[in-house]
Amino acid sequence: MSKSVTDVICPFCGTLCDDLEVVVSDDGKKIEDIYNACAIGAEKFMHAQAAGRVTKPRMQQPDGSYKEVSYDEAVDFTARMFYKARKPLMYGWSSTSCEAQSIGHEIAEKSGAIVDNTATVCHGTTLIAVQDVGIPSCTLGEIKNRADRIIFWGCNPCHAHPRHQSRYSIFPRGYFTNKGHKNRKMIVVDPRDSDTAKMADYHFKVEQGRDYELLSALRVALRNEPLPETVAGIPREKIIEVAEVLKSGRFGIIFFGMGVTQSLSKNHNIDAAIMLTKDLNEFTKFSIMPMRGHYNVTGSGQVLGWQFGFPYAVDLSRGFARYNPGETTSNDLLRRDEVDAVFVLGSDPGAHFPISSVRKIAKLPSVCVDPHITPTSEISKLHVPVAFVGVEVGGNCYRMDNVPIDARKVVDPPEGVLTDVEFLTRVNTRLDQLIGGK
Amino acid sequence: METVTLTIKNQPTLYLEADTITPDNFSGKKASEIAALHAFEGRDQFTLGKYFEVSGEGGATAADTRIVVKGNVSRVKYIGMKMTAGEIVIEDNPDMYTGAWMQGGKLLVKGNVDAFAGIGMKGGEFVIEGNAGNYLGAAYRGDWRGMQGGVIRVKGNAGSDIGYFMNGGTIIVHGNTDVHVGTHMEGGKIIIKGNAPSKVGGQMVGGEIFVYGGIDVMMPGFKYVQDEDLEVDGENAKFSLFYGDTGERHPKRKGQIVYGKLHLRN
Ligand code: SF4
Repeated sequence: MSKSVTDVICPFCGTLCDDLEVVVSDDGKKIEDIYNACAIGAEKFMHAQAAGRVTKPRMQQPDGSYKEVSYDEAVDFTARMFYKARKPLMYGWSSTSCEAQSIGHEIAEKSGAIVDNTATVCHGTTLIAVQDVGIPSCTLGEIKNRADRIIFWGCNPCHAHPRHQSRYSIFPRGYFTNKGHKNRKMIVVDPRDSDTAKMADYHFKVEQGRDYELLSALRVALRNEPLPETVAGIPREKIIEVAEVLKSGRFGIIFFGMGVTQSLSKNHNIDAAIMLTKDLNEFTKFSIMPMRGHYNVTGSGQVLGWQFGFPYAVDLSRGFARYNPGETTSNDLLRRDEVDAVFVLGSDPGAHFPISSVRKIAKLPSVCVDPHITPTSEISKLHVPVAFVGVEVGGNCYRMDNVPIDARKVVDPPEGVLTDVEFLTRVNTRLDQLIGGK
Repeated sequence: METVTLTIKNQPTLYLEADTITPDNFSGKKASEIAALHAFEGRDQFTLGKYFEVSGEGGATAADTRIVVKGNVSRVKYIGMKMTAGEIVIEDNPDMYTGAWMQGGKLLVKGNVDAFAGIGMKGGEFVIEGNAGNYLGAAYRGDWRGMQGGVIRVKGNAGSDIGYFMNGGTIIVHGNTDVHVGTHMEGGKIIIKGNAPSKVGGQMVGGEIFVYGGIDVMMPGFKYVQDEDLEVDGENAKFSLFYGDTGERHPKRKGQIVYGKLHLRN
């Protein structure tokens, strides 16, 4: 007999679906089936079961091979690295719980570290814009029940957030949107013919790097000021037509992704999109929301925000919090040789950072905490395997609309494997001892 | 005027935060006292003397103090931060935040400056003989008050985001700039004698931008008004005047809408 666990949270993307059903073997050790999750979400659960999973920390040897060590040795090595470093970088935090993040920040304060999360190569520019001009936002529930004008700008939820459209943005029948997608007009801005773009009522194939101009043009159109014949490759008439469509809705929302946050203009794109949202509120109700990627990158921003006042790239080296993307962001720090140790938890910069940064990580004292063997673990001096948050241990996470949801444990971790919280707590205690001269 | 010469002798392994290098801090101090001023490397506090050979002594006041910085200071941040008077000459290329929040006096860099030079500047004269990085004369993150006064002159090129949230003062770039000039600008003047590729004056509320070379892609919210003869930086020339950014809010003065002005040289 197997048992079924309901209302499981999917720890993969920022949609943080909370309706999964997982069938678990009787002894509570094996996942047998997963219902309701999308393909990538289900894969995350299955991956935890994969054969050959590492269950002991591994230390890099001079010849580049790895040797198993005990958790005690791993804790000591990590604590000593923080003790010695004068400006360590603590990167990642997006695939772990808020509880773990909070303990990590304690270590950061003691060691004068810089804490940066994956927003640094993703929605960090969004956070800059929010700080500059504010943000009128809402929850996904409001969108499901009210929104009838949906813009996807520079994002492709069909592939990156597969259940976003069915649960919240396009298909569900909500309180005021009882005809589902028939109630909604969908506008996609993307230079590519993505699967999301194929579903749209309007698809603006914006010229690459000209989103800022197109957003500005929509604002000009709302003010009835003259426009050039084409802007960013889109004819003036189309821009005016879409401006009218947006104005005529009852509740609109702009979802945006890395197509605008990481293309030319970066934070200015988001700044302009937020100002467009603000302008549209002169005519109707409009909101804007970033399509956050990792399931708890939003949580990392929240915890950093309430503890230090800034959502990413927080520099604690001088004993007070400073923040300046362009200086205190991971890639700038690595490129410029500003840090002398690297600690990675809950992300894989080895796979996502530019090779020049990855090379720098490989040269520095480094620790990678990750359930898997990843490109990052393979260049780190020490790899510490941990339990999967949201599968083998619970913890608090924030959905892309800043709603906190508690992830649930469904199976036991492999025997002897520590959780993020346990490992960080032990490092923190050991660091206290070292600082105390023991 | 008394001169203090700082010659770098030990390079920091990380970066040095030397916001104490200002005429204000050096005035009234002997070489040994100046060498004892603090500087930060990572989480550790050291002294300027660990990194620099100090000779000469400060004048009675900041205005009587001149500082000459010699040697490779490409790993030194914050030189001249918040200086109010006196003079600093940097002979090489300093790192970030050179002349940040400067309020007065003269700052001359003979090489290039990195990003965030002259951010939040309120007054004084800042000359860069080489190139400037990004965010020259911009606002600090999250601040809506960028540069408010003073003059920044760059003899070479400048990076992106110059004059971000600019409120007053003048930035003159003799060469070219990268994208985003005067974004969110509310006042002041930016003069670019070379080219500016695109996104010039986006979200501009007020102030003036002059571009002598070309703009590849104009922002859509700029409308042509008229041709004008103007004297700019001591030269006379003919310019086309555009008003913008029409997609942005604009205040009214005496019943007239006040726009940002973009002048393109004919
Ligand atoms: S949409 Fe995202 S949160 Fe939902 S099941 Fe798929 S991966 Fe998981």
